[in-house]
Amino acid sequence: MIEMREVNKTYLMGGQPLQALKDLDLNVGPGEYLSVMGPSGSGKSTLLNMIGLLDRPDSGSYRLNDEPTEALSEEARAALRRDNIGFIFQAFHLVGRLSAFENVELPMVLAGVAPAERKRAVNGVLDQVGLLSRSHHRPNQLSGGQLQRVAIARAIVMKPRILLADEPTGNLDQQSGRDIVEVLENLNQEGITLIVVTHDMAMGKRARRRGQMVDGAIVSDDLQSSGAAHAPG
Amino acid sequence: MRLADQLRFNWQVFSGHPLRTALLLLAVAIGVAAVIMLTSLGEGARRYIDAEFSSLGNRLIVVFPGRNETTGGAPPVYGNTARDLTLEDARALGRIPSIRGYAPIIAGTTPVSRGSRSREVITLGTNAGFFDVRQVTASQGRVFPARAETDALAICVLGDKLKQELFGNDWAVGEWVRIGDRRMRVIGVLEDKGESFGMDMSDIVLIPVKTAEQIFNTPGLFRVILELGEGADQDLAIERIYQVIRDRHEGEDDVTVVTQDSILAAFNNILTVLTLAIAAIGAISLVVAGILVMNISLISVSQRRGEIGLLKAIGASRRQVRELFLGESMLLMVLGIVLGAVFAYGVVYVVRGLYPAFPLMPPWWAVPSAALTALSAGLLFSWLPARRASNLDPVLAMRGIAE
Ligand SMILES: Nc1ncnc2c1ncn2[C@@H]1O[C@H](COP(=O)(O)OP(=O)(O)OP(=O)(O)O)[C@@H](O)[C@H]1O
Ligand SMILES: [Mg+2]
Repeated sequence: MIEMREVNKTYLMGGQPLQALKDLDLNVGPGEYLSVMGPSGSGKSTLLNMIGLLDRPDSGSYRLNDEPTEALSEEARAALRRDNIGFIFQAFHLVGRLSAFENVELPMVLAGVAPAERKRAVNGVLDQVGLLSRSHHRPNQLSGGQLQRVAIARAIVMKPRILLADEPTGNLDQQSGRDIVEVLENLNQEGITLIVVTHDMAMGKRARRRGQMVDGAIVSDDLQSSGAAHAPG
Repeated sequence: MRLADQLRFNWQVFSGHPLRTALLLLAVAIGVAAVIMLTSLGEGARRYIDAEFSSLGNRLIVVFPGRNETTGGAPPVYGNTARDLTLEDARALGRIPSIRGYAPIIAGTTPVSRGSRSREVITLGTNAGFFDVRQVTASQGRVFPARAETDALAICVLGDKLKQELFGNDWAVGEWVRIGDRRMRVIGVLEDKGESFGMDMSDIVLIPVKTAEQIFNTPGLFRVILELGEGADQDLAIERIYQVIRDRHEGEDDVTVVTQDSILAAFNNILTVLTLAIAAIGAISLVVAGILVMNISLISVSQRRGEIGLLKAIGASRRQVRELFLGESMLLMVLGIVLGAVFAYGVVYVVRGLYPAFPLMPPWWAVPSAALTALSAGLLFSWLPARRASNLDPVLAMRGIAE
């Protein structure tokens, strides 16, 4: 479902070219659980942005759901992102003036979903992350772990097939971190493709497939050579 | 995105920044209120003059000798005409059924003196009908008898100010004055009606039209003033006037007819243009409000970079982001328009209560045009911020990095 071939991405840093992704190949099948670890600056976030269609490769090919993405318009990429991909960020990125419910609702509002249907879906995912009782709280009334669970609820409310998490536990204490990992793994059990970028060895090791990134390339991926997609289990 | 959702989203932004929102609303509301209140002044002046004219009570038609080819220009003052307008013509016009009264007028200036006091004065030769038509009466003595139209009587009626100059506080009625080379008896003094129809009636002397014919040695009239009967159709009356003149002038309708309505219409035009000009000045404050909205929107876009990046990451298209920001400005403008209009109407209402004589009133187009200007300014000036927001790179925006 995710097929990247020789993807390159170079940024200019004060005139100096900086290759964030270097001839990167990646295949991820439906329902996989992949963790990506690696030193800071190795290109992990850039990779997630690329998968999530937030960024475009300079060269190489990226097929999502067997469709090439290079030629797609900005609008089409936005729609594809909205319907297929859920993002979870280290810094939560919730809108402060909106309640937990409204934050989770936002992708559906953008998609023009009817209010009644939104309500059902939002309450469903808030229940799933254990925050139904907090749905009317504002972000400043919630703990870090709760905020991240709101962010997860928002990421899955559109029932995406791919969930991308960029250091989802980086800002949390250990217990909250474990709770989040549990929520994410439950989602993966239900069939969602989960890609987690993390510095946390314990979390990274839990994934059934582990990738190591160095200097913009995946250098060790226990299943990369087989190239086969794992069935969910 | 549904409209209701977008409005709710915009509203949440507003309530999240109450002070900023209040300031922007104030700026827009002041602009809108300025347009409405300023144009109310112009429209009020127009209505005031309208009311003054209709308070004259009667409708006047003035007939000048000579055809005025260029419509709208000043009527010919001195006879550049082949055929004079005569006293007989005036009488014939007065016999038209829809014409209630008529006043033939011969005008000129003559030296008027009493004892050692002497001065050139505007002298009108006319008849008894003049006083009804122009709605003036004598404050002392009496006005002309009917015979003033047929006989060259040696009588006169003095304007109020002229009487004061010649006689001071002495009784003038029954006294003699010299007008040109004739001695005439003062039979009345006009009441002070101030300026009317562009002539200061207090600084004239009225003499019988036949007498004026002799003094000025002219068989032709300067003009004829006709009073339209109540409920009479003006256009039909004008038709009849031309017809009568054609009958008497060998088929030529060589006169110019000016109605009170056409003078009023000229006033109306002037004041409408004036009101439009003030409206344009008021609209400038709306443009200023628009620029303010632009500046604050630009600040807001940079403050909300993270949010914009997030919206894009969860599937908002460029167009949606642009519409969110444009919608925000539009909503602000709409609220500001409503606020400004309510405020302006309130002020107009209060001022009208305080000065009932002046009919302060916004013209019908004040609110629509102020609203249109505000909305266009809003759209124009929020375009740049909205574009900037929609073009933000989501990854950079979420990192909170400037471009
Ligand atoms: N927009 C950008 N402009 C310039 N350089 C960039 C940009 N985005 C990323 N980089 C650079 O690309 C490289 C990879 O960045 P990336 O954020 O993917 O690293 P990372 O592996 O996620 O690091 P970390 O673990 O610290 O989050 C870094 O050297 C970074 O400085
Ligand atoms: Mg990173």
